[in-house]
Amino acid sequence: MSDEKKFEPKIIGFLCNWCSYAAADLAGVSRIQYPPNIIIIRVMCSGRIDPSFILEAFKDGADGVLVAGCHLPSDCHYISGNFKALRRVTLLKKVLRDFGIEPERLRLEWLSASEGDRFAAIVRDMVEEIKKLGPNPLKAKEVEA
Amino acid sequence: MPEEKTDRKKIGAVLVVGGGVAGIQASLDLADSGFKVYLIDQGPSIGGVMAQLDKTFPTNDCSMCILSPKLVATGRHPNVTILTNAEITGLNGKAGNFEVKLRRKSRYIIEDKCNGCGICAQKCPIEVVDMYNEGLGKRSAIYVEYPQAVPLKYMIDREKCIGCGTCQEICKANAIQYDQEGSEATLEVGSIILAPGFEPFDATLKSEYGYGRFPNVVTSIEFERILSASGPYGGLVLRPSDGEIPKKIAFVQCVGSRDFQIGNNYCSAACCMYGMKEAVIAKEHTPSKLDATIFYMDMRAYGKEFDAYYERAQGEWGVRFVRSRVAGVTEDPKTGNLFVHYVEDETPRTEEFDMVVLSIGMQPPKNVEKLAERLGIRLNKYKFCETETFSPMETSKPGVFVCGAFAAPKDIPESVAQASGAAAKAMGIIASERGTQVTSKEYPPEKDVSKEEPRIGVFVCHCGINIGGVVNVPEVVKYAKTLPNVVYAEANLYTCSQDTQKLIREKIIDNKLNRVIVASCTPRTHEPLFKETVQEAGLNPYLFEMTNIRDQCSWVHMHEHEKATEKAKDLVRSIAAKAKLLKPLEKPIINVTPVGLIIGGGVSGMTAALELAGQGFEVHLVEREEELGGHLRKIQYLLEKKDDPKKKLDSLVKSVMENDRIHVYTGAEVVDVYGFVGNFKSKIRQQNGKEKEIEHGIVIVATGAVEYKPTEYLYGKDTRIITQHELEEKIAKGTFKAKNVVMIQCVGARNEERPNCARICCGQAIKNALKIKEASPETEVYILYKDMRAYGFKEDYYREAAMKGVIFINYEDERKPQVADENGKLKVTFWEPVIKEEVEVEPDVVVLSAATVPNPDNKHVAEMLKVPLTKDGFFLEAHMKLRPVDFATDGIFLCGMAHSPKYIEESIAQACAAAARATTILSKKSLEMEGIVANVSEDLCSGCRICEYLCPYGAVEMKDKDGKTLAHVIEALCKGCGACGTACPTKAITMGHFTTEEILAQVKATLLEAKA
Ligand code: FES
Repeated sequence: MSDEKKFEPKIIGFLCNWCSYAAADLAGVSRIQYPPNIIIIRVMCSGRIDPSFILEAFKDGADGVLVAGCHLPSDCHYISGNFKALRRVTLLKKVLRDFGIEPERLRLEWLSASEGDRFAAIVRDMVEEIKKLGPNPLKAKEVEA
Repeated sequence: MPEEKTDRKKIGAVLVVGGGVAGIQASLDLADSGFKVYLIDQGPSIGGVMAQLDKTFPTNDCSMCILSPKLVATGRHPNVTILTNAEITGLNGKAGNFEVKLRRKSRYIIEDKCNGCGICAQKCPIEVVDMYNEGLGKRSAIYVEYPQAVPLKYMIDREKCIGCGTCQEICKANAIQYDQEGSEATLEVGSIILAPGFEPFDATLKSEYGYGRFPNVVTSIEFERILSASGPYGGLVLRPSDGEIPKKIAFVQCVGSRDFQIGNNYCSAACCMYGMKEAVIAKEHTPSKLDATIFYMDMRAYGKEFDAYYERAQGEWGVRFVRSRVAGVTEDPKTGNLFVHYVEDETPRTEEFDMVVLSIGMQPPKNVEKLAERLGIRLNKYKFCETETFSPMETSKPGVFVCGAFAAPKDIPESVAQASGAAAKAMGIIASERGTQVTSKEYPPEKDVSKEEPRIGVFVCHCGINIGGVVNVPEVVKYAKTLPNVVYAEANLYTCSQDTQKLIREKIIDNKLNRVIVASCTPRTHEPLFKETVQEAGLNPYLFEMTNIRDQCSWVHMHEHEKATEKAKDLVRSIAAKAKLLKPLEKPIINVTPVGLIIGGGVSGMTAALELAGQGFEVHLVEREEELGGHLRKIQYLLEKKDDPKKKLDSLVKSVMENDRIHVYTGAEVVDVYGFVGNFKSKIRQQNGKEKEIEHGIVIVATGAVEYKPTEYLYGKDTRIITQHELEEKIAKGTFKAKNVVMIQCVGARNEERPNCARICCGQAIKNALKIKEASPETEVYILYKDMRAYGFKEDYYREAAMKGVIFINYEDERKPQVADENGKLKVTFWEPVIKEEVEVEPDVVVLSAATVPNPDNKHVAEMLKVPLTKDGFFLEAHMKLRPVDFATDGIFLCGMAHSPKYIEESIAQACAAAARATTILSKKSLEMEGIVANVSEDLCSGCRICEYLCPYGAVEMKDKDGKTLAHVIEALCKGCGACGTACPTKAITMGHFTTEEILAQVKATLLEAKA
């Protein structure tokens, strides 16, 4: 139990510049508190997020990855980038287990610029869930090896 | 120029009154076309009502998401000066040269010093009812209206402030000035645009609905705030009385609209749709089952794709619709529940609800009479601005134009289109002064850093105590210095302040920095400022990066100082790894051919052509028919009676034909278009069969629409069955005679094949019915309808027709009227819902209100231009709400009935809008595009075409080179989303400023443990 407490997951968030990054900003403006386990990497659109970025993050020891874009169907600033992200992340989730990673560590969320509280809730939730899963199994293997 | 000597010089500046979405749009169009803009608003920030909305119909887009980029663009535009808390006190001069006097209320804050950090509001001990949240929440006495407010400058509410001095003590920027006084100002402008918006109806005036007495009766605008994730209940639908989740909500339509008693006879035009939207969103936001019922008189879903939304509201979302005007609302004081009293099927009923939402109408803005008097403009009988059908943006005073809800109640896209239209009008009269009042920025020559090792400078912001109060800034600075390639780091009190910009420039030069990082707030608002700063120091702006240690760190981890500090370090390390790899990017410059091509010579095409020519641009106007005029040729008289459309048409055609700058091609067709914004080449097949090639910078699609040829109700089989247009022609010729007429609405519209409303047929039927009654009052006229959609001021004519004895009878799809020929006699049978009986009449004539359907040419034009169509076959704009006349492809615009059916004044507004949007391009010699674009490495490209297929902007084309087919990015069209780069199987595409290398470096660095 005490081990679980000590473990602080590291989460990488790939957020599109327009709605989802704005949601994270609004969480700040509204002073909604959430655990500091997430580091955000900004991209212009969720359609830019290459599955290899996500895999790389897991390989480098991320305990969780959040991909967030603008709401389906029509909020994406670039018309349909969010649909592209949806396809890619869904496919990637299917194969993650083959790499030895629980698919629950990867989340795809749609956030609008007024959903600051939801962004915070998602982070809170992810941190909780990943704490239960424990550290990234790839990392654990490395330690063992 | 043979200008009269007595004339004072014209001025290339425009005053825009009102900072709602209409005023914002007009300002941006003007400023982007080379005119100086003064945008004034009565309140402390711009944004208007749209900033309060949760979602927008019919796409359910988040309102703030789509508005806030426009707010930021307006706030930052070098040609726009925003003057808040301002009011007009006087006007002198005339069109082309006005002198406007303003009075400005004090903010009690020195605007130049306030950084908008918000510490003052946090510490302010006073709580005040928050009007942005419609009184449902609280704010402090020192405040901004909403978090994304532009300008982000605080204001002290002096009525509520107790003068405790806390804010003054805490403000590190020394921006508080309790004794600041209001000020006066005088502006010189060439024209004026009025966009003061509307005032929501005061629901207490309809006391029978209990608003103000029963806490669970709220207005629609309050309900928007309740729905909003940033609203008082965080987006949960709760009852104000007890915070319980409601199970049953009633929406009462037409509160303060279509109401003779209170003198608001007009229809507010947007409430049916927003009522429906609120019902749908409320259902979505409520975890448990929510019953939503809408009480309405006519469902006026007349806009583009609105009926499809209506269908979904009923079917997919299960909203219940009851056709009835609610008589009153009473409360059960024990539970706070409400009883809605209404009449259905001639029977009085009462139903219990947990909550009631009143769909309140639009009223003219407050104090509008004073404004009208000062400006010398006429108001109509409802105190909205008076305009005419053929000049919908012109007020009664030359040089003063109008747009948005102040001209007539309307929804957002129509306000936006009209705003662009008003911008066209406002610049038209001062076109000669373009570019005289604006300044363009000069930068020093760019340093070549390609041979240098990266030398990174890091500037960490305290943001007063916003960051510094949580994150240990000195420690972050110290840590930054240990990172690879970082050669300089320092902390600033406010990195964004004017003096820090100077300091950053100096440090860049002194330390030979060639990459710069600012760790502070959000790049969404501040990146452009810093990019400018590094550019002023001779660096390419793309050598700048930013990381957000405030909104995404200190503000969200306020009680975990150590962890927040560690996270700030992580963020700096992550961005430094990216910064090291940054490459200078060039902003592609493309030349513009200042010529327009307009496809379609109806009222829209001709209006757009005249506007562009008036701005000084050459225009090619191509019409398929032998003569100009389009749909307008079929219009014999107007509902509004005043103007003669025939005369107007003739004078329009004459002005077009006589204009030297307009080349008219009739009986001609555009057969090919290639190129991109600024640089199109097209082929026109002329009447004589010869092809002509032209070069142009923009395209406006104005292909219009056509009347549906009915197949129902015996049309074509019996000459006594005619369409509205045919009737109109007969009436105009004086050959129409009948003792009994039946009109049937929605023929060919709102059915399975074409689910949407054709918008103009209700007005047409009323118009023709009134004409018949005028000539022969004893003729019986029946109008069989599904919903009478006489929106806006057209409601007056609906009422007039009813008063003159036109009989309106509602029919439902399940019981459509029947038309038969019985032994030579026409017979129409229909269900009479009031007496509940089948009724049979024997009319002399049956008139079918045939839908307006897309021009069959649209398909071909759409393919040629690579722009999309809706399911129905009308053209689909870039964004239904905020870009009503743009296509997603730059340089191509649309207007008029090519977009969807509409009335003449609406077509004219859109045509002017398309011209204004086109002018933002044509007025520039060259366009500077965004440097963040995709790049194809020809060695790696396999020519698989995935990118070509994926690009939503058509920015990838395939080119043959050395026997290979390779992808090529048209930089002018690329928006930099990066979707192609991600999909490229051979990794041949690099995405500028977000390269795979850069992002992976960021990932790696983020996951390293911080050691300092
Ligand atoms: S811009 Fe947000 S998902 Fe495309």
